[in-house]
Amino acid sequence: MSDTNPAVEIAGLHKSFGSFKALDGLDLTVQHGQVAGFLGPNGAGKSTTIKVLLGLLRADAGTARLFGGDVWRDAVELHKRISYVPGDVNLWPNLSGGECIDYLTRLKPRGDKARRKARKAELLERFDLDPTKKARTYSKGNRQKVALVAAFLDESDLYIFDEPTSGLDPLMEAVFTEYAREAKAAGSSVLLSSHILSEVEKVCDTVTIIRAGVAVESGTLEELRHLTRSSVVATVGSDPSRLATLPAVNDLVTSQNGAGTRVAFDVDNNAVGEVMKTLTTLDVRGLTITPPSLEELFMRHYGDVIEPETEKEAS
Amino acid sequence: MSAVAAAAAPRRTALASFTGAGHLIRFMLRRDRIRIAVWTVLIALLYLGSLAPGGEYSVLDDDPEARAGRAATLSSPAMIAMGGPGYGLDDYRRGPAAANELILWVTIALAAMTILQVVRHTRSEEESGRSELMRAGVLGRHAPLAAVIVQVLLTNLIVAVGSTLALAGVGLDPVESAIMAFGIALGALVYGAVALVTSQLSESSGGALGMAFGVLGVTYVARVIGDIQEPHGSALSWLSPIAWVHQTRVFVDTRLWPLGIAVVVAFALLVLAAVLASHRDFGAGMVKVRSGRADASPLLSGPVALAWVRQRTALLWTALGLSAMWFATGTILTEVPNMLEAVGDNPLYDQLLEGSGDEMVRIFAAFIAAYSAFGAGAYAIVMMLRAKAEEDATRAALVLAKPVARLRWLLSGALVAAVGSLVVLFAGIWAMALGGYAAGLDSIGFGDFTGLALAYTPAVLVVLAFTLAVYAWAPRASGLAWALFGWMFLVLMFADMLDLPDWLRGLSPYWWVENTLSDPMPVSHTLGLLGVAVALVLVALVGFRRRDVHG
Ligand SMILES: Nc1ncnc2c1ncn2[C@@H]1O[C@H](COP(=O)(O)OP(=O)(O)OP(=O)(O)O)[C@@H](O)[C@H]1O
Ligand SMILES: [Mg+2]
Repeated sequence: MSDTNPAVEIAGLHKSFGSFKALDGLDLTVQHGQVAGFLGPNGAGKSTTIKVLLGLLRADAGTARLFGGDVWRDAVELHKRISYVPGDVNLWPNLSGGECIDYLTRLKPRGDKARRKARKAELLERFDLDPTKKARTYSKGNRQKVALVAAFLDESDLYIFDEPTSGLDPLMEAVFTEYAREAKAAGSSVLLSSHILSEVEKVCDTVTIIRAGVAVESGTLEELRHLTRSSVVATVGSDPSRLATLPAVNDLVTSQNGAGTRVAFDVDNNAVGEVMKTLTTLDVRGLTITPPSLEELFMRHYGDVIEPETEKEAS
Repeated sequence: MSAVAAAAAPRRTALASFTGAGHLIRFMLRRDRIRIAVWTVLIALLYLGSLAPGGEYSVLDDDPEARAGRAATLSSPAMIAMGGPGYGLDDYRRGPAAANELILWVTIALAAMTILQVVRHTRSEEESGRSELMRAGVLGRHAPLAAVIVQVLLTNLIVAVGSTLALAGVGLDPVESAIMAFGIALGALVYGAVALVTSQLSESSGGALGMAFGVLGVTYVARVIGDIQEPHGSALSWLSPIAWVHQTRVFVDTRLWPLGIAVVVAFALLVLAAVLASHRDFGAGMVKVRSGRADASPLLSGPVALAWVRQRTALLWTALGLSAMWFATGTILTEVPNMLEAVGDNPLYDQLLEGSGDEMVRIFAAFIAAYSAFGAGAYAIVMMLRAKAEEDATRAALVLAKPVARLRWLLSGALVAAVGSLVVLFAGIWAMALGGYAAGLDSIGFGDFTGLALAYTPAVLVVLAFTLAVYAWAPRASGLAWALFGWMFLVLMFADMLDLPDWLRGLSPYWWVENTLSDPMPVSHTLGLLGVAVALVLVALVGFRRRDVHG
């Protein structure tokens, strides 16, 4: 198969469960070597899309291709080039983690043994996973790690992740991010469904947001980011009234406390630097900046952009 | 809590450990109300259907010849295995017949119901994590245990009242009817208490069910062997809760004390379960999980290997357990001709058994082989449905996302289940042969036993293929496989009693298997069964290729 085809190419995808339409004409493309974020509220159809891509669910209409091959008909061939990690990993309870990893990787023979062995040791070490424990005794996060180790051991052309870090601690999340970047550097493509925006921001080139089974927004992260705001809480010694004059500062609230004046506001992400310049002149004594949660992003995103559009359509 | 407070309120804390049990009971009864109603009605119908005018036993009261005939039949070993220890055979009216022939089946049915109920409400809940949610609410540590005990008590009470009404309703003595119905309920409760213990021992509901049904099987066989060894049962019979119900001699010469054993044993088991429960962690069994190997053995490669690894322990224990049972049963094969002599020259008997003690042994051996084949069939269904469990637990998706074709995955499971069920079949029949040889049997060769196992092979494969096809097309309807199993059992046990037409009997694959110890199996039957098995596998493959795999 030539690599001129996009890694993932979905057009007009439909999938119903009974009378319920889980996917309603979805479009999604992941170019070769690209890392694509896949976002959407609960029940939007992300996992359904991924299962169609894996040839587990059969689409009702539309096309879904991986590397130009049909996901249903050519499943076995295509699966030689992909890795998949679900968000809720269940393992064989009476096998050890190491056995689960070996079993899964042996289903897809690739690379030489010695190299694999070394890489397995490295991955286990990095993910801090004890491979001798029986799968039934693993915690949620550790089960997740087993699937991640097995996936990264494969060195695939396309990684499909469905909330891969759910249940991982922040340290392990960072390890995941690193390996995802490494995969990208090696020329692989990644489709990453996640509710953790920071994770998506760190690794993704493009983002697709879906709602109710249709893509409502897709583009590079930069394009999306200008729509988002972070919230800033700081304690300053000087008078903060200058902040209010900056256009990027929204919803400013000030109050006095023992250490000085507490200011809380939201800042447009594309203007953080500019606002910081002003803030640092104010004798900062304490500062936290919280990136917008996914829900906030969605609420703003839909509130600012989507609703007027749907209103237009309705009228 | 501080030491002072703890000492000041010991009573309160003891009671508090049952907090919420009432809620739980209402919740369980709600979940089970339809099941309870169905069981009660089915059992009442069984009584009404067999004892009311027009039923199997209705002629016994008026016709002395029918009484003598039926009594003679009920002294044959195969009929003892399917019936009881033979109280009241000398004046075999409806009451004694009901006690001798129905107690066994109703006790087994209610025991199975109670075992399923106990495991469903305890271990399965814990395994699924649902009861973790509940226990985090206002719920005492012992509440689930107490609730399930009350629940099965109530259920069996309801069934017993319904049974009493049915038995008295067809004109049997009401007091004796009540003793029989409540005796059966007590017997079933002993098995419920066993299940409560096994639910503490095993951390999987499958393991808990397996052990409890294992106890049911072993105690059933103990009763069969005991009752065949001596008229009215030997010491061995008394190891079985089923026998305790029989031994009340209800409708003949009633005594109540054997039921006392049931009460004492059930109570002791409950105490044991409570002790075990308070000594283990939530969600855990009694056996601590050991750590495993860091790297898989080179053999663990591919879905067949995985299915085998997942199944080998269960196969080992099932094959060993069942074989031990059939071995023990085999040792009484040689006693069959002696029994014939004991009956003496009863002309009815000669007529029934065509005179030959040797033929009797063959019939009885074939009868045990049929049981063994049922063990193999149940194993086939359980193991084939593991594919569904894999899918439900989303493990199938993990594997199918690899370059593993769907059909390869499905057939791997089927292959291992097929090999396992044939191991159970052959091991069982060979074990019976060895038991027979150990007791001096020499009229049936080992090759003949093997031939019988071979005769059952295609039929067992049909059961497996049917399960495969149902799963492949409609996993949610996989209960149909158990419906087939139930039907097969009905055909084996009650086909004549219910006067079923041949086409209905033929729905059971085992009906087509001849007793090859006496007559050869027609080639057409073998080929026909194999053909059906192959066709069902093909149907399964077509279905599984096109359907969604969930997870
Ligand atoms: N097997 C099924 N039968 C019926 N409905 C289903 C099935 N699988 C998914 N759905 C429905 O399809 C919709 C999309 O589900 P999906 O799992 O794809 O959501 P998601 O975007 O992954 O959500 P989340 O962020 O919560 O993981 C949901 O409304 C879900 O209830
Ligand atoms: Mg999902």
